[in-house]
Amino acid sequence: MQIFPGFTNFARSLGAQGVLFFQVLARLHHIPKRRAFVSAQLYGAGNKVLHVVLLVSFVMGMVLSLQTGLVLADYGQQDQVGIVVAVTMAREMGPFITAIILSATVGSALAAEIGTMAVSDELSALEVLSVDKISFIVMPRVVALILMAPVLTIFADTMGIVGGGFVARSQLGVSAPLYYDSALESLRQLGGLVAVPKDVYGGLMKSMVFGGVVAIISCAEGLRTRGGALGVGDATRTAVRDSIIAIIIVNYFITWFLYQN
Amino acid sequence: MTQAIRNQRKPDVLSSGPVPEDVSIRFDKVYKAFGTKKVLNGLSLDVKRGEALILMGPSGTGKSVTLRHAIGLLTQDSGDVWVEGHDMARITAPELFNLRKRMGYLFQEGALINWMSVADNVALPLVENSDLSPSEVEQRVREKLDLVHLEGVWSEMPSEISGGMKKRVGLARALITEPELILYDEPNAGLDPEISQSINHLIREVSDTLGITSMVITHMVSCVRTVADRVVLLDEGKVIVDAAPDDFLNHDHPRLRRFLGQDPD
Repeated sequence: MQIFPGFTNFARSLGAQGVLFFQVLARLHHIPKRRAFVSAQLYGAGNKVLHVVLLVSFVMGMVLSLQTGLVLADYGQQDQVGIVVAVTMAREMGPFITAIILSATVGSALAAEIGTMAVSDELSALEVLSVDKISFIVMPRVVALILMAPVLTIFADTMGIVGGGFVARSQLGVSAPLYYDSALESLRQLGGLVAVPKDVYGGLMKSMVFGGVVAIISCAEGLRTRGGALGVGDATRTAVRDSIIAIIIVNYFITWFLYQN
Repeated sequence: MTQAIRNQRKPDVLSSGPVPEDVSIRFDKVYKAFGTKKVLNGLSLDVKRGEALILMGPSGTGKSVTLRHAIGLLTQDSGDVWVEGHDMARITAPELFNLRKRMGYLFQEGALINWMSVADNVALPLVENSDLSPSEVEQRVREKLDLVHLEGVWSEMPSEISGGMKKRVGLARALITEPELILYDEPNAGLDPEISQSINHLIREVSDTLGITSMVITHMVSCVRTVADRVVLLDEGKVIVDAAPDDFLNHDHPRLRRFLGQDPD
């Protein structure tokens, strides 16, 4: 009889994800050979989620602008709303929204796709054909998500700021030039690591890590799939759940690393 | 248990003694269970080099599991599996990689990679593991697709072709590396009688002309008559009848008569 079967399974998932991370690292030199697969995955990932990222981040910017703008208005400081929206989107909400959307759409699809390959003997076929499934299946997907996540985050940041500007002008009485000037000004603070605004590169760095986390977890769960359609469903659910948990935990540590001072 | 086997084995000697030169695959007292379900129950079986051996038996009696042991997709709980000079419990990853290059495997449902076209599926082993030029690969793919009577499905996706066609594409993929040993998991299930018989002739032909060792799982008597040098009936994870095709079909073992739908009672 198993004690705490959920915990045991979680520990096994974590182990499989850790091993897969190092297996992918060891195959990064295969990127030139797999460039066609990487390109296909890049296009697939971007194409599938761009409209969702644009919509959600636009609305999130509106909510952010309204919530903070109303509080700032109590102190007569609503002109500062552009700063709050821009910094929050670039540092936190842009990467986070993008990662959650990637997890729910691309990550779940990865787990389901690889899980279906596992239960329909396609992965066994690759093994029998002496084809390295990590290099062939997993590595291109991980690289594609690491590259695509920051691109989507730039769109998310931009749309969030635009959404916030819409609310600032229509409901808080802040003029568009004032809003955008203060928003852009707040993002111009250069960081210590590279000569680009810290809030922007910090957010993009986060999103690259989030993209990798989502891809590794989703592929690992797909590879572990057993037991037909039920197993595929289980792998998909686990992949999304674990990705979201990991994104939140990793987010804290990156934020601590970037902004502790 | 499996790890214990790996650790204790002496190099190149099975518990049953040395494996004769002419034996391509040997199963010796092989046991395999999944949880509480015992699938292989002391299976002992030799497949000689160049021989076409047919495995028959009721569903769930361990035929596919036997094949998967032979290609290293599964490892036995106890007993010995010996394939082309390799003890499968001790084989290293590079050795298994190279051994599989000399083997072909046809899966029950074809197991085609669903996001690659038919031609790309067939070409995959060559693209990944050979130095052939793209034109040479293309030539080989055309030859093998012609061989399985699938000339017109070059750029189709697996989801666009029938189950029987998928199986034939899988067969073309298994043949493309011109292996020394091919394992067929129900190569003619779900095919119409005409195509089924042409697949039987094809298996026989590659076995005769190229001297390929074949293990074939089938439920079809026509396959036994066309393909087999020897036929084995598995029941409850072990061999209960092992005979030449004519002897097998006329054998009076009650389990075999029942399996063939000729209940002695």
